[in-house]
Amino acid sequence: MGRSGEAGEVMGKQGIDGEIRNGKESERHQGGPPGAAMPLSASLSPRVPASPCPPLSPSVAHHPKSVPRRILVVSLSLGLVLLISLWLGLSIGSTGQNLREVFALFTGHGDPASTMASIVWRIRLPRVLLAALAGATLSLGGLVFQAILRNPLAEPYILGISGGSAIGAIIGILLGLSRFPGEALFAFGGSMVTIVLVLVIASVKLSLKQDSLILAGVMVNAFCSSVIMFLLTLTQDARLHNILFWLMGDLSMSDANQVMVLAAILLPCFVLLLLFARPMNLILLGEEMAASMGVNVPLVSLVLVVVSSLMISATVCQSGLLGFVGLVTPHLLRLLLGPDHRVLVPACILGGGAYLVWCDLLARCLPAQGELPVGVITAIIGAPLFIFLLQRAKR
Amino acid sequence: MTSAMMLQHLSLLYGNRPVLNDVSFSVIEGEFFVIIGPNGSGKTTLVKAMSGAVRPQRGDVQILGRPLRGYSGKALAQCVAMVPQVAPVDIPFTVAEVVLMGRSPHLPWMGLEQRIDLEIAERAMHFTHVAHLAGRKLDHLSAGERQRVLIARAICQQPRILLLDEPTSALDLAHQVQIMDLLDQLRNDEGITVVVVSHDLNLAALYADRLLLMKEGGVVALGEPGEVLTFEILEDTYGCALLVDKNPVKGVPRITVVPGDAIVGGDMRLPQTFKVK
Repeated sequence: MGRSGEAGEVMGKQGIDGEIRNGKESERHQGGPPGAAMPLSASLSPRVPASPCPPLSPSVAHHPKSVPRRILVVSLSLGLVLLISLWLGLSIGSTGQNLREVFALFTGHGDPASTMASIVWRIRLPRVLLAALAGATLSLGGLVFQAILRNPLAEPYILGISGGSAIGAIIGILLGLSRFPGEALFAFGGSMVTIVLVLVIASVKLSLKQDSLILAGVMVNAFCSSVIMFLLTLTQDARLHNILFWLMGDLSMSDANQVMVLAAILLPCFVLLLLFARPMNLILLGEEMAASMGVNVPLVSLVLVVVSSLMISATVCQSGLLGFVGLVTPHLLRLLLGPDHRVLVPACILGGGAYLVWCDLLARCLPAQGELPVGVITAIIGAPLFIFLLQRAKR
Repeated sequence: MTSAMMLQHLSLLYGNRPVLNDVSFSVIEGEFFVIIGPNGSGKTTLVKAMSGAVRPQRGDVQILGRPLRGYSGKALAQCVAMVPQVAPVDIPFTVAEVVLMGRSPHLPWMGLEQRIDLEIAERAMHFTHVAHLAGRKLDHLSAGERQRVLIARAICQQPRILLLDEPTSALDLAHQVQIMDLLDQLRNDEGITVVVVSHDLNLAALYADRLLLMKEGGVVALGEPGEVLTFEILEDTYGCALLVDKNPVKGVPRITVVPGDAIVGGDMRLPQTFKVK
């Protein structure tokens, strides 16, 4: 069998064994014994019809080869969707829609002293940015927990992590702490306690049965709700209304500085999760196989859980409880883009952000007067999806 | 003859239960090495210890002349690939994606595959005859196809040593032979050391250069099939009546079981009262 032929040509015309030896030896400098081995095709072909070896491999070429390109395309298009969503979010509100004015403001042609400008800069911009950050965080939270727990139903809200953060945050509020870092630290503590509690209840190990995990999450969530109710009965002052509204998921009380602080916490976490996209893929092949490919599964899981809890608790402090966001966007994006986390992580950041901006728009526009808490919208969309996924998982 | 793996006085306990008891042997580079033994004899644990997945309490594992604990996870994965006995059933990726994941130990964290990685994956898929399945989802494949894909993924790691835990146990005859032929070919063509755990003594006898027979966490016998698969050793280890003669195909030992005479864990024959009439 000729060694001179280019690997690709050999692949097409000759036996399987020639192709693997010719190519591999040159790359590995340690190929096998050079003896003429029986062609693999000869021993296998009676049973497996040797696949009609194509000249140059359309098989792989069509699939993962395009990962960098896919990341780019997905990021650009979802980035565009996010930008348009932000633009709409900035333009539409109680004063009607001012698409053109907002566009002019941002391109430097508008009147910076107008009422409109002040509404956009001081009220709407922090709000839509908070919506985008919260949407990205919660979507990523769902994505991460679905991967490391290998459970399609895992989601920060359902697992009780958001609830735990809320308890911590309320304790922080009652103690009169500032939102960052005091309240946020309490919320982080609360989220860590709940995730540990859920995992311990469900069976200690990180490879968990679907039902027991979700059941444990629901129980911890119920417990968190009653603790929150209890804490609320202790609150008798004027803050009660604010806390209640915040609990239902509220983006209206956002202030530019706090949104900046939140962004400063979240952006490094996003980058870290991007770096962990490949290990997340490998973990989906099972703990054993991931470990055999050099992934330290316990360490990776720990880092991912801690980082996600940190992001989620910081977000909960600012935006309250927004249920099911971490369920809707990862599943929708997975359906569209496939299971590769290297694509899904950026997609969840951008797409999740856009999703919550839209939910917030609906919350502002649907009622004739005033507005709905955005958590109501996310739950109305997400809960039916959860039930649908639960049904499918049962089958 | 250099040793690919050397195990010295390996002992391992799960809780208080000893699973491996002072196991010592070495696997020669380029060898087809098969580990056999009754259920619960510690075969799977042994392979896990060899792959670094579990850490023995006592003893040493040397891989390619270096102690196992001196390897980082990634460095180890570049030398040793593992095909576990059970993999999740609901792997959502396509065949090509799964095979390409075998390149991970050679790539940086987020690192995207280069052209060379794609070519290696392509060749691994052709080698294991799964190239035509490249775009299919893993959970839509038959058991034999799935096993070939998982082996292709392991080959993609370009390991020096390939460990497989019962790669043929879920397969029918034709697919068993197919997988074993594949491993044999891999050893011959690529010089990869192949270590297989198997329950099938006849299949093991046909392919193995050397066999390791285990019982209750210890080594019973180690050697060529003809030395290990003798009537005395097997009857003593498995505790059932059997017949050992020559395999007409290759002249290696052939084992035939005799029905109704197992004495595993006491007398398993039905008590008198259960007999029909």
